[in-house]
Amino acid sequence: MKRLLINKIILTLSTISALIGLAFLAWILVTLFIKGLSSFHFSLFVNDLINNGLRNLIIGQFILAGMASIIGIPLGMVAGIYIREYGQGRYANLIRNLSDIMMSAPSIVIGAFVYAIVVVPTGHTSGFAGSIALAIMMIPIVISTTDSMLSLVPQELREAGIALGASKYKVIFDIVIKSAKVGIMTGILLAFARIVGETAPLLFTSQTSNYFTLDLTHAFPSLSVSIYDLASDVQTSSRDLAWAASFILTVMVLVINLTGKFITRNKK
Amino acid sequence: MEKIFQKFAFSSATLVFIILLGIFITLFNAARPAINEFGLNFIVDPAWNKEVPLSTPQTTTDKSAAQKSVTDTNDESVDVNDYGDSSDDMIMEDEDDTPTKTIYGGLVPLVGTIFSTLIALAFALPIAMGISIFLAEIAPKKIATFVGGAIELLAAIPSIIFGMWGLYYFAPIVADLFGGFQVSLLTAGLVLGVMILPFMAAITRDSMNTTPDILKESAYALGATKFEVIKDVIFPYSKVGIIGSIILSLGRALGETMAVAFLIGSIFELPHKITDPTISIPVALANNFGEASGLGMSSLFYLALILFVMSFAIISFAKFYFLRKANS
Repeated sequence: MKRLLINKIILTLSTISALIGLAFLAWILVTLFIKGLSSFHFSLFVNDLINNGLRNLIIGQFILAGMASIIGIPLGMVAGIYIREYGQGRYANLIRNLSDIMMSAPSIVIGAFVYAIVVVPTGHTSGFAGSIALAIMMIPIVISTTDSMLSLVPQELREAGIALGASKYKVIFDIVIKSAKVGIMTGILLAFARIVGETAPLLFTSQTSNYFTLDLTHAFPSLSVSIYDLASDVQTSSRDLAWAASFILTVMVLVINLTGKFITRNKK
Repeated sequence: MEKIFQKFAFSSATLVFIILLGIFITLFNAARPAINEFGLNFIVDPAWNKEVPLSTPQTTTDKSAAQKSVTDTNDESVDVNDYGDSSDDMIMEDEDDTPTKTIYGGLVPLVGTIFSTLIALAFALPIAMGISIFLAEIAPKKIATFVGGAIELLAAIPSIIFGMWGLYYFAPIVADLFGGFQVSLLTAGLVLGVMILPFMAAITRDSMNTTPDILKESAYALGATKFEVIKDVIFPYSKVGIIGSIILSLGRALGETMAVAFLIGSIFELPHKITDPTISIPVALANNFGEASGLGMSSLFYLALILFVMSFAIISFAKFYFLRKANS
C-alpha cells in the first residue's frame, strides 16, 4: 500500500513538473503576444529605428545571420563530412569533441574574441565582425548536424558507389549527401534559428544602428542588440518598441524552428 | 579533385581546433597586462575599478608627470614611463598629490556567476527531472510528443526575451515572495533556471530513453511500480548520462549573458544576502566592454578568459567522463 502511495506521489509530482514547464512557456508567450501586439503596428516594417520603426533592424538581423550562414554552413558541412567520411579514428573524434565543446562555449566570450581579432585591428565595430561572431557560433552546430545525418546513411550505399568505380568524393556528393539532404537542410534551418536570435556575440562586434544600411564595414543594425538598448531605456515608448521588437524576433525564430521540425516529422 | 576536396575537408575540420586555440591565445594575450599586474590575486580581490594609493615611492619623473596632470583635470590618465603596463591607468589626484592607481579584481563577478548558476541548477534540476520522467515514462506517446515539442520551443526562445520577461513579469513576483530587490542574485538565478530547464529536461529524457525496454519489462513483470522501475532500473542504467546532462546544463548556465544582464543588477558589490544585486562575468563583459580601455579592458579579457576556461573544463569533464558512453 505504501509503495503504491509513493508511486502515486512521484508520478503526480512529475506531471506537475511538466505542467510547470508548459506554464512557463505559456506565460512567456502570452506576455509577448499581449505586450507585443499592443505596440505592434505595420508602420514598424516601413520606418527605421530613427523614426520609431524596426525595418532596418529586422533586415539587418537577417543580413548578419545570412552572412554568418554563408561563412558557417560550407565550412561546417565540409568539416562534418570530414569527420564522418574521411576522418581516421582519433583525430576525427578529437575534432568531434572539440566541436561539441565549442557549441557550448559562452557566446559573450566569442564576442570578446571577435572584438579582439576584428574590431580592435580595424578600429571600429562592423557588420562583418558581427557575422564572423555568429558564424563561429554556427559552425559547430552545422558540424554536429552533418555528422549525425551522414551517420544515418547506410554503409551499403557507399559500398555500392565505390563498387561502381566512383571516387570517394563522387560517392559523398552524389550518393551520401543526396540521401541525407533533407536532414542536413533541417539541421541548418535549426542552426539558423538559433543564431538569428543571438544578442551577446553582437553586442560589441556589430553593435547596432538607428539607420538603414547595407554597409557591412560599419556598425550594423541588429534587432536583438536594439531590444537590449530599448528595454533598458527609461522611456515607456522605447520599452513598448522593445516589446514589439521582441514579439517579432520570437515569431521569426519560432516560425523557422517549427518549419524545421515540421519537415523532419513529415519525413519520418 | 579528390585530393583537393580531401585537403579542404581536412582544413575545415582543423579550423575548429584553430578557432578554439585562437580564442584561448587571443584572450590570454589581451588579458596579459591584467595578469601581469594582478596575477592570481585577481580572483580573490573584490575591488573593481577602485583607486588605491600607490605603494611605490615617487620618482622625479613621476612627480613632474603628476604635477602636469594637476593643471589639467583631476581625472586625467597620465602616462608614466617607468611603471610598465599599468601606466595607462594611473590616475592622479590633485588634493594631496599622492598618485593612485586603479585596481581591478574579479571576485565579485566570479561569485555572482557561480551563485546564479547554482541557484539556477537548484531550481531547474527537480523540475527538469520531473519533466523528463513524465516524458519518458508517464505520458502516452501523443502527449509526450506534444509536451516534448513545447518544451523544445521554450528552449528556442531567444535569451534576451527571457531577460525582458523576467525583469518585468517574473522578478516582481519573486521579490514579493522573498523580499529584497527585484534585480538580485535570486531573480537572475531563477530566470536562468527557467532558461536551462528545457535543455536539461530534453537531454535527460534522451538519456533515460536509452534504457532497454526489456529491463523495464522484467521489473514490471516482478510487480514493481512505475516509481520503482524509474528508481531501480532507469536511474541506475542511465545515471552516467543524466549526470553528464546536468553538468552540460551547468556549463550552459555559466556563460549565459542576456537573461542575466536584465536581472542581476550589474553592480560590482558582493551580495550579503541572496536577494542582493551583484554582477556575473558575462554581464560584466556585456555592460563594460564598450567603455573600457587600458587595464580595465585587459581585466575584462581576464574575466573572459576565466569564463572560457571554466566552461571549457566543465564541458570537457562532462563529455569525457559521463557522456562518452552515450556518444559512442
